[in-house]
Amino acid sequence: MTSSEHSSAPEFNSRLERRRAFSTIFKNSCAILSWLCIGVLGFLLVHIFSSGWEWISFDFIKNAPSRMPHKAGLFSALMGTIWIIVTTAAIAIPVGVSSALYLEEYAKKNRLNSFIEINISNLAGVPSIVYGILGLTLFVRFMKLGPSVLSGALTLSLLILPVIIIASREAIKAVPNSIRLSAFALGATQFQTVFHHVLPAAMPGIMTGVILALSRAIGETAPILMVGAVAYVSRAPHGIMDGFTALPIQIYNWAREAKVEFEGLAAGGIIVLLLVLFMMNSVAILIRNKTQKAQS
Amino acid sequence: MTEVVAATFRQKTKKSKLIEEGVRCGIFLCALASVLTTFGIILVLAKEAIPFFREVSLVDFLFGTKWNALILPRSFGVLPLLMGTMLIVIGAGLIALPVGLASAIYLSEFASQRVRKTVKPVLEILAGIPTVVYGYFALTGITPILKSFNDEIPVFNALSASIVVAVMILPMVASLCDDALKAVPRSLRDGGYALGSTKTEVSLKIVVPAALSGIVASFVLAFSRAIGETMAVTLAAGGTPKMTLNPLESIQTMTAYIVQVATGDIEHGSISYHSLYAVGGLLFLITLAANLLSYKILKKYREEYE
Repeated sequence: MTSSEHSSAPEFNSRLERRRAFSTIFKNSCAILSWLCIGVLGFLLVHIFSSGWEWISFDFIKNAPSRMPHKAGLFSALMGTIWIIVTTAAIAIPVGVSSALYLEEYAKKNRLNSFIEINISNLAGVPSIVYGILGLTLFVRFMKLGPSVLSGALTLSLLILPVIIIASREAIKAVPNSIRLSAFALGATQFQTVFHHVLPAAMPGIMTGVILALSRAIGETAPILMVGAVAYVSRAPHGIMDGFTALPIQIYNWAREAKVEFEGLAAGGIIVLLLVLFMMNSVAILIRNKTQKAQS
Repeated sequence: MTEVVAATFRQKTKKSKLIEEGVRCGIFLCALASVLTTFGIILVLAKEAIPFFREVSLVDFLFGTKWNALILPRSFGVLPLLMGTMLIVIGAGLIALPVGLASAIYLSEFASQRVRKTVKPVLEILAGIPTVVYGYFALTGITPILKSFNDEIPVFNALSASIVVAVMILPMVASLCDDALKAVPRSLRDGGYALGSTKTEVSLKIVVPAALSGIVASFVLAFSRAIGETMAVTLAAGGTPKMTLNPLESIQTMTAYIVQVATGDIEHGSISYHSLYAVGGLLFLITLAANLLSYKILKKYREEYE
């Protein structure tokens, strides 16, 4: 009995060493794989900046697209993107925030409302190109809006609606119930409670979600390409019924060209697009940090 | 005096009741917009696909092995497009799922707070980069590297598209798996340590199995995202529908075909045009099934602690 106990100890020890060694190897390989993500991001940024930086200039921002790479710019694409995003925001924010308010503050638990909820989470998983098909068929052809800013904005609105609703619901959920109860206790109606007290309190969270959703909309290429690229447009839109081109479309068109110069132009366009996204995300993070400090 | 006050109060209540009802109706309509979107998608896909299926039988569409939609003689067998999509998805999955899970395990079980604070934002940035940028990156960054290993690889190939799609879905896998692992209560880990397990043994034999439903659900969601991914594969994988399992060849995915038809000068109303809706409908159904499956896995197999 005692002898077997003695003999098992070294065996245990040798296995312990192996187990510890395996543990270290596993930990380090997981670490390497995680840091690999950073490496990929770094490689991507270096690659894009090294081929696109020389193309960035004042002329590049203010010129229209051109067949000649040295004269080409992305003014119309930039203006198109701005038009589209502002219109998208004007459509998607009111509808999205209202939906979130309905689901959080008004909806009773019944089958219709739980259907709406499941439906929203499903919509969030629909590929963006399917929204492109919807936009092309419903807005461009059926409603005869044409390949206009409005069609593009409506399509993108439908696309980011689930994102805005989900983020806004989280923000509304985070508003403490005591605020609602005190408003009701003072005799406020539900409308007053929701719109004068709950909504302002949830606003920073909603804003963060909305900005992130809009920055997703800026980068979305497939739906907007399907809606807008039918017509070749080289000037900036002047109204919501005008045809448009947008940054992602312009990048896509340049990236498809065989000439090496256009490769550089595409990279330049990407730098501008990434800068726009970076600015929007910084605003979102600023709002988030500010409110986190205010709440703590 | 009190009568007057009471009367104005009643009037006010009446008015506020009106506002109340109006607002309730208004925002209910907004909430219905999302339902209408779903119906819109289904209606559009079904209605516009009908003319296509009048000419091509469902069996020929689903099991035909030749896709030749734009030039004569036309042939509408979707398998080459489906196979192209699957080639991309499987390639991306082989890279992104293990790497994503490994970084989730690292972040949730091993990494210090400081490392988490560096790696997590990087993952968020990777997730926020537009897909057209990844397409450009595949075409000009990854393909030349692949070509330097083997010069016979064509400019448009499935492998470089797979690699960027992997980079695109990796953040989602990592962050969803991280959430799932984090949700496993500490007591389970402590139980493992009390029995003398190493950290790796606790992670692999206790935490990962306990979080398995969340991990599998994230894999299925990643699969669905990869299927629907459009711009990267349109730019990098090429436009030649082909029945092949060789990732070094040029292929065409379902999404790339949709873009090709919608942006090309194909006559509106022709059968080639309507084939867009048949392919789009198939894509919609596959991603819908994947999303529902992931939802079901989470609902059914979630281990409830506490």
